[in-house]
Amino acid sequence: MVEFAGWEMPIQYEGIMAEHKHTREAVSLFDVSHMGEFYFEGKDALQNLQKLTCNDVSRLAIGQVQYSALLYENGTFVDDITVYRLGEEKYFMCVNAANTDKDFAWIQSNLSGDLKCENRSAEIGQIAIQGKNAVDVLKTMTSEPIDTIKYYWFMEIELCGHPVTLARMGYTGEDGYEVFCQREHTAEIWETLMEKGKPFQIAPVGLGARNTLRLEVCFPLYGQDIDDQHLPLEAGLGKFVALDKASFLGKDAVATQKAEGLQRKLIRFALDVRGVPRPHYLIFDETANVPIGEVTSGTSSPTLGKGIGMGYVKIANSKIGTKVNIQVRNKMLPATIVKPPFVVVEKT
Amino acid sequence: MSEVVSNLLYTKEHEWLRIEGTTGIVGITDHAQNLLGDIVYVELPNVNEEVDAGDEFGTIESVKAVSPLFMPISGKVIRINEALENEPEAINEDCYGDGWIIAIEPFTMDDKDMLLTSEQYETYLEEEV
Repeated sequence: MVEFAGWEMPIQYEGIMAEHKHTREAVSLFDVSHMGEFYFEGKDALQNLQKLTCNDVSRLAIGQVQYSALLYENGTFVDDITVYRLGEEKYFMCVNAANTDKDFAWIQSNLSGDLKCENRSAEIGQIAIQGKNAVDVLKTMTSEPIDTIKYYWFMEIELCGHPVTLARMGYTGEDGYEVFCQREHTAEIWETLMEKGKPFQIAPVGLGARNTLRLEVCFPLYGQDIDDQHLPLEAGLGKFVALDKASFLGKDAVATQKAEGLQRKLIRFALDVRGVPRPHYLIFDETANVPIGEVTSGTSSPTLGKGIGMGYVKIANSKIGTKVNIQVRNKMLPATIVKPPFVVVEKT
Repeated sequence: MSEVVSNLLYTKEHEWLRIEGTTGIVGITDHAQNLLGDIVYVELPNVNEEVDAGDEFGTIESVKAVSPLFMPISGKVIRINEALENEPEAINEDCYGDGWIIAIEPFTMDDKDMLLTSEQYETYLEEEV
């Protein structure tokens, strides 16, 4: 167990490698109750979310989820988030645990008009069930047509007689769901999923494998790959920024960067030799003489059995196929910039 | 409970030392491999390199952590476990056997105070953990 953003979290149960492979092959449960949840309700909820977030919330249907971000005026990330439309004038937002208080304070300082905004992070539990057998496990607990939920959509159903929001999404690249429930029901739902999931080889998985799983499919992690020093276009998240939207916080800075052109870009690389890239290692050019950037995330890919990572490099060195070097202690390890993702997950 | 083998010497950094005649064989303990988890990479010194007791002689990496390896004795590296290059997980599977790391010959025990008997190491583990 480790302390993470004030929460006691398991790094691993059986071992990161075993848990990672298990998630790719069967189904895993993650306790992600540490994530923050804010609720927005009222006549001006949409208008406020349009100002607070960079994606276009007006495109969301009831029952749909959107990946988005909160940006400072200078265009850098306050956080990356997801927005769920619960009703005509009712939404909730899921934010990173370590950012919950910062995000809520920032949101409150930017709210205006007729709406209620509540931080219910302490009241809401969250369980992620990830892997190809996730549908089968959930089907033993509900007769609702949960297999018809599309990616990035959700249903409000009951599990163990308790109301939950069941969203088809996750942070592993696998098919699966995230279950939001009342905190006091989390343990019962977890235990029932573990019990009903036995015939489908369900197993609990910790934070360690959550990180290697997301890295293999190139999902960014706040605090490493995106932060208050980087803007969404450099992070390759342009498709989540609705520059055609009337206005939102950070829009001018993002538009300016787009017009002026990017100086650096988040790339994905695979080591050509054995080794493990880690955050903050320096990235050099092909000659290994010129520093061009820094690793933001890195690991040994359990699926590929080689070192993989992401990092920001100068735009001139960012093309796919470019040879670079990663400085690992006193050695330069050759690597190649590759097209994301590292691992393509086949969904049936 | 981590396995501690009798007849070996240990360091507080969780290396073990097996003396076979004039050769000293070095590896990491069961406790160390448990803490590290899945080992994916081992960086070793070159054969014939001279190393001193207390020196960092290599690095071991698991999925979650990087850990330096410290020399329990001084001497010349005569063999490295080359199999670890392709199968670093041997350290997880058999840390006192197939997962040995380097062999030193001749060696000197420059700093006997840093070496613990198996009983002392067990006590150290109980107190530390």
